[in-house]
Amino acid sequence: MTELRVAIVDDHAMFRTGVRAEIADAVDVVGEAEDVDGAVKLVEELAPDVVLLDVHMPGGGGIEVIRRAHPRHADTKFLALSVSDAAEDVIGVIRAGARGYVTKNISGVELVDAITRVAAGDAVFSPRLAGFVLDAFAGTIEVAQVDEDLDRLTEREREVMRLIARGYAYKEVAKELFISIKTVETHVSSVLRKLQLSSRHELTRWANDRRLI
Amino acid sequence: MRTCDDRGVTEYRRAFRPADRRLVAGVSAGLADHLGVPVVAVRVAFVVASWFNGAGAIAYLLLWRFMPLAAPELSPGLESATRRGLRTSSRLPIREIVQALCLAAVGLGVFVALQASGRGIAGPVLAPIVIGLVGVAVIWRQFDDASLGRWMRQTSGLAFAARVAVGILLVAVAAVYVITQDRGWGAIADMGVAVVAALIGAALILGPWLFKLVGDLDEERRERVRSQERADVAAHLHDSVLQTLALLQKNPGDAAQVATLARRQERELRSWLYGTDNTIGDRFAAAVRATAVEVEDDHRIPVEAVVVGDTSMDPDVTALVRAAREAMVNAAKHSGADRIDVYAETDGRSAEVFVRDRGAGFDPERIADDRMGVKGSIIGRVERHGGTARIRSTPGEGTEVALTVPIRQAEQVTEERVGHD
Repeated sequence: MTELRVAIVDDHAMFRTGVRAEIADAVDVVGEAEDVDGAVKLVEELAPDVVLLDVHMPGGGGIEVIRRAHPRHADTKFLALSVSDAAEDVIGVIRAGARGYVTKNISGVELVDAITRVAAGDAVFSPRLAGFVLDAFAGTIEVAQVDEDLDRLTEREREVMRLIARGYAYKEVAKELFISIKTVETHVSSVLRKLQLSSRHELTRWANDRRLI
Repeated sequence: MRTCDDRGVTEYRRAFRPADRRLVAGVSAGLADHLGVPVVAVRVAFVVASWFNGAGAIAYLLLWRFMPLAAPELSPGLESATRRGLRTSSRLPIREIVQALCLAAVGLGVFVALQASGRGIAGPVLAPIVIGLVGVAVIWRQFDDASLGRWMRQTSGLAFAARVAVGILLVAVAAVYVITQDRGWGAIADMGVAVVAALIGAALILGPWLFKLVGDLDEERRERVRSQERADVAAHLHDSVLQTLALLQKNPGDAAQVATLARRQERELRSWLYGTDNTIGDRFAAAVRATAVEVEDDHRIPVEAVVVGDTSMDPDVTALVRAAREAMVNAAKHSGADRIDVYAETDGRSAEVFVRDRGAGFDPERIADDRMGVKGSIIGRVERHGGTARIRSTPGEGTEVALTVPIRQAEQVTEERVGHD
């Protein structure tokens, strides 16, 4: 198996060095960038498999990088890696096109696992992100009001999200629900798709309400 | 870290025009938020109402004037990140803009058709009204923007002057048109109408500005109080960072101690910078988070709490949180795991907490009766409050404690408040 080509984008040099040291054994770190313009250039020139992307960065943040680089380089996957737990930014970067979100205190092994998963086209949901998603899609809405399937999670997807929020790894979710890991991955990817495409107005309203509580 | 005066002062809900999600003035978006209906429904209502002698347009203008504009209130970290250009704030989806434009086109089409069929507003009156309304909208939009610093930057200098001038010109044209329409009325009536039109024009242009001035003063005072509060919290926080650094220097060899200190400091800073999750308050979510923090501090093991939904505390929910605390303590003491996952969820009918570790585990069949911790303070406590407790554990794989209690309606709770925990 060829090594995955990974780029690290973060405005803190010390953090980039730390991450590089942690993952360099398992993947090929091809480049680093510290702002939006640098990151877009990096993606265009090197076309890495996975970009580890900070949410907050000079020039408009991770969302801007994905907006500019993603349409032309669909093969490059983005994994948000951030210290910000602000729900609106996490959901924002996912909606822009990131395949997952992990916090910066993740261990090296877990990070490499997440990178591999994202590179394979799957989605990576941390317990916290799963919690945000359940929150965002919660609330009972009239079936008649739902114009698209995108606006709600299926019962199965909800179960998978709840188990992830409870701290279960994909493997454990599969065992718990008597389904294959592949099926778990399918469910998670489908939730990611809904999160990205749903036009449900509750989703934006939810993000807004959170600030006012 | 929000202060208590956030709650209590405004018990009733107010409608706001969201500054970050508006096409024209944000009236529709604000109403949709307030009423809990899709924004497109509100827009349709305005358009349809406008077919009846322009009632929709008038209502829109009135609401525009009386609904305050609200910029989103962000946590200090996000506000600063926005100022420094580290994040992109959400834009209006293209789809919504196109949808609104289509709606406007259809509305205009029907309106024109009504006019053509002679059932609309009389022709000579219509033109000045439309021109006048557009003028008013241009000026008002200007005043809206001027109240927000970041919009002001885009619209100062020439653009500002030009827009005000256009607004005044349009209103003036409308006034002149109205006056010249009524030649038959004689000179005195002409004068009277001209004066009234001029007064209305002046009121339209200056009124919002005066209105705004009062609002801005109020806003400024609130902003000052808020920034003072934040400065106090920041000072306290920096103080605690200093303390932590001093402690770290004292105990550089004690890895567990260093990790705990670093983690606690990280949590404090994070919740100040980005948090909406405060751990204060008499709510279920806050109580679960606070409990996780307590166990983490007491037992020096990371406790990751994810909470979905929220409810008020009653004796049952309190018992649930206490039992969950017991489960967390057990996991911290006996499992040997390096972290505990806590997941709490409530849908308003029941509340659940899951406490999970990937530690040593044990054989649940063999919980001896003398293990009061598990029997009494977890299972017994929850069952006394009508709930269920389920413990799953496999030696070598870890333990999960699942706790559920039903939430009773408010009146039942007060009746049975004599009950205890």
